[in-house]
Amino acid sequence: MTIRVNGEPQEIAGPITISTLLEDLKIDPRLVAVEHNLIVVKRAQYGAVTINEGDEIEIVNFVGGG
Amino acid sequence: MSSDTLTIADRTFRSRLIVGTGKYPSHRIMADAHRASGTEMVTVAVRRVNLAERGAESLLGSIDQSRIFILPNTAGCYTAEDAIRAARLGREVGLSNWVKLEVIGDERTLFPDNVALLEATRVLVREGFVVLPYTNDDPIVCRKLEEAGAAAVMPLGAPIGSGLGIQNRNNMLIIREQARVPVIIDAGVGTASDAAIAMELGADGVLMNTAIAQASDPVAMAQAMKLAVEAGRLAYRAGRIERRMYASASSPAQGTVPALSTTLSSAGGRAQ
Repeated sequence: MTIRVNGEPQEIAGPITISTLLEDLKIDPRLVAVEHNLIVVKRAQYGAVTINEGDEIEIVNFVGGG
Repeated sequence: MSSDTLTIADRTFRSRLIVGTGKYPSHRIMADAHRASGTEMVTVAVRRVNLAERGAESLLGSIDQSRIFILPNTAGCYTAEDAIRAARLGREVGLSNWVKLEVIGDERTLFPDNVALLEATRVLVREGFVVLPYTNDDPIVCRKLEEAGAAAVMPLGAPIGSGLGIQNRNNMLIIREQARVPVIIDAGVGTASDAAIAMELGADGVLMNTAIAQASDPVAMAQAMKLAVEAGRLAYRAGRIERRMYASASSPAQGTVPALSTTLSSAGGRAQ
């Protein structure tokens, strides 16, 4: 099934949690924030929220800025 | 003089210089510049994780969080909705509920859209954010932002990255006179004298990025800015003299040695 991560299509085998997605992408959950279909997800909920076909995920972090 | 700290919402800072984290030649130079500036608060931007290029050095790893508080911004947002979304994401990274709120109105000037800014301020204050809005040097907008619950107001000295210095000193004086929250002059500083002038006008702090990051020697410029902010603040507190049209002699008018021309005429010739 296809989901979108940061605007790019991504193939996954089946529904997965946000925790698993971050693990697969080798992203440290302590350094990012995640939006699931435009809703900000609390870090404590990463293991509980399931990503399904067509879902939109945004993963952001801090970069240099003024 | 007594100790002079800057308090915004529930936090107190000894340094009145807020510095950015963008456009440095390297993370290493940025960290050195932060140290030289003495800053206790730096801004960061919220952006998508680059999935194609993983393993890049993390910005947070180069910020000494034992001394420096991190202020996420909403740079690059052109609507209230986008800015609110960026603020919520920034908060979720989990460092604080503070936000430097930017709603940009125009790409060329990067001037704020003050209508959207006010709207976003109201929403975020209701959600419990400590909101520091980047705004025009407009006393009316600053007053409305304060009424909307902003923890400070951050009028621009000049366009972001322009290095033009404080363009409207009179408005800054009016903003400072009426504000009951800290006034941070944000953007437009080019060199140390600009920062000193900002502080001499009564600003409670100065926020800058490009002036340090893009200087030929960012670390030296960071130190120059630290000294300028301290000097400007001290001068403001010391109370400057009034400006006057004509001279006012610094030395006493009494007891001067007779003028040479008088000596010459009374002696009838050249004095030996």
